[in-house]
Amino acid sequence: MDFLTLLQVLDSTVRLATPLLLACLAGLFSERAGIFDIGLEGKMLAAAFLSAAIAFVTESAWIGLLAGIGASMVLAGIHGLASITFRGNQLISGVAINFLAAGMTVLVAQSWFSQGGRTPSLMSGGRFEPVTLPFAEALSGVPVLGPIYTELLSGHTVLVYLAFAMVPLTWWILFRTRFGLRLRAVGENPAAVDTAGVSVVGLRFAAVAICGVLCGIAGAYMATALQAGFVKDMTAGRGYIALAALIFAKWRPWYALGATLLFGFLQAIALRPDVIEAVLSFRVQVQLLDALPYILTVVILAGFVGKAVPPRAGGEPYVKER
Amino acid sequence: MDVMPKWAEVVLVPLISLVLAFLISALVILGIGENPVNAIRVMVSGALGSAYGWGFTLYYATNFIFTGLAVAVAFHARLFNIGGEGQALIGGLGVAFVCLYIPWPHWSLALLGATAGAAIFGAIWAAIPAWLQAKRGSHIVITTIMFNYIAAALLSYMLTEQIKAPGSDPASAFFPDATNLPTFYDMFSWTGLGFSEFTPANVSFLIALLACLFVWVLIWRTKLGYEIRAFGHSEPAAKYAGISPTKIIMVTMIISGALAGMMAINNVMGEAERLNLNAAEGAGFIGIAVALMGRSHPIGVFMAALLFGFLYQGGAELAFSTSIPSQLIIVIQALVILFTGALDNMVRMPLERIFLTLRRPPKPETKLEAAE
Repeated sequence: MDFLTLLQVLDSTVRLATPLLLACLAGLFSERAGIFDIGLEGKMLAAAFLSAAIAFVTESAWIGLLAGIGASMVLAGIHGLASITFRGNQLISGVAINFLAAGMTVLVAQSWFSQGGRTPSLMSGGRFEPVTLPFAEALSGVPVLGPIYTELLSGHTVLVYLAFAMVPLTWWILFRTRFGLRLRAVGENPAAVDTAGVSVVGLRFAAVAICGVLCGIAGAYMATALQAGFVKDMTAGRGYIALAALIFAKWRPWYALGATLLFGFLQAIALRPDVIEAVLSFRVQVQLLDALPYILTVVILAGFVGKAVPPRAGGEPYVKER
Repeated sequence: MDVMPKWAEVVLVPLISLVLAFLISALVILGIGENPVNAIRVMVSGALGSAYGWGFTLYYATNFIFTGLAVAVAFHARLFNIGGEGQALIGGLGVAFVCLYIPWPHWSLALLGATAGAAIFGAIWAAIPAWLQAKRGSHIVITTIMFNYIAAALLSYMLTEQIKAPGSDPASAFFPDATNLPTFYDMFSWTGLGFSEFTPANVSFLIALLACLFVWVLIWRTKLGYEIRAFGHSEPAAKYAGISPTKIIMVTMIISGALAGMMAINNVMGEAERLNLNAAEGAGFIGIAVALMGRSHPIGVFMAALLFGFLYQGGAELAFSTSIPSQLIIVIQALVILFTGALDNMVRMPLERIFLTLRRPPKPETKLEAAE
């Protein structure tokens, strides 16, 4: 494998890790506040559909993004209602949201566009365009560092840079602000937060809302930046992989970056059978490549996590003492 | 604790949740510009209006009984098995091996063999996530979901590379005639019920009923069932009572996976008579809705499976004769899961308040009577 191929693989790693990273950080906020969320997948899917649909109609990727966030927020609201207000089972609520998104997106897409449950392909205005970082052209001649800058770091859409900027921001919010301290406390010991006179319900809803926003960006990225339009079930289990990455990262933002880059890399090499063949020097079944990210998710969860301790109050509805 | 009488908890809460789910489904149909009343008419006449429709409804119900029981058994140990879909696919692989490579003299023996094959394959597919949960602490929800994707890839590999029949579709050869199960047409032709030759419902419906009975006996009449329920109620208490968590997780998931796998005798052996891609058609996921609606009780699962059989067949008719895509059933399934599984307190809380106010007035009188 030559240097340029490696750069190409790493470049698609960054692209493919972006939705995972956003979804993983979304889950991080929610689970740190004690709300399990396996509905990341559904929220991304709904956002992917609505952002593509609105971007197609308005020919503006930004309005599409807002619509995608809106769709994701509605589902987040349902999850909050079920798991916070009515103290229901958070896993079941998440599963319901995933199915709701899977069904509704196709139903509405068929009703609006009649193209077999997908949106029409987006033209240039409806998509996020790659951003060329300053001096990318000028520096491309510099050996080693030049191609890394032009090929790998430059030329992504603005959402990719936003996703990576979210990592330090998440760290700062969670570990350096009062809101973050309370958010983490509510996931560990909600009764203590309640005793201190801070609203458990309010904090948890705030966390679920942040989760909704981030999933919305992740979904919109899938449909309007990574690809050009929505197709049925296009998230293909990314929400679940993001959850696995979250456990692998032990609910910490910087580790989440590492974990999602790893999963992004697995998806990137699964797309390049020629590279795998060149490295391993034998043919690998295409089905094995398809299953590879899922198999490795299981392997990583089983073998390398060590002891991952989730937030202590995770999954438990809080009942105020009377 | 018991604010409501038991009948209200068992019948009223699920029923109201179900009505809410259907009301919202009706709004969804309105929202995509179709007429819900007309849709219901099409569904009822398509699924229940003829012996032909009933043949399909009962066929789908058979699938859902198996997958619903699978989820229900796991629920009793508070394990959430979302892997029914993958287990059913792999169960189909077991059925295909048994039917293709063993020369069976008669369908009844073939059915026994295929049931065992389906159950063993499904059980193995569930046993791996179970072991990972029990020994390595991997979250069973995530691993079973991953195993659904892996099962689909494995099946695709088997059907394109290993047991593919000549021809263009990725499917196995048709099973030998001796393994073909009697359908309701063969079984009930003497009764004049009018099942046609193409009725997919078959003798595995009876196996599904036996499975319901088996689960009831297992959960409420055996020591193992008691241990499963005890573990589900409180893991520390069960541990204190000498129940091994590893054993319960493994055994429960193996039974659960076996039940999900056994679905394949209906759809693979009974209906398609060969193995093809996407054989499970989402039935593994519908099992979640069925188990929740049936409150993890075999009778409830049976009734919920009939309802979903009706919805599934009705939804297919709908897609056929109107412009409503069959994904409507996924939306209804999602709403049923949401209202019966996650928003149940939304229904329960007001109901409890109503029952409390209904109960309050007579109380002082009875006390006075007692004092006299």
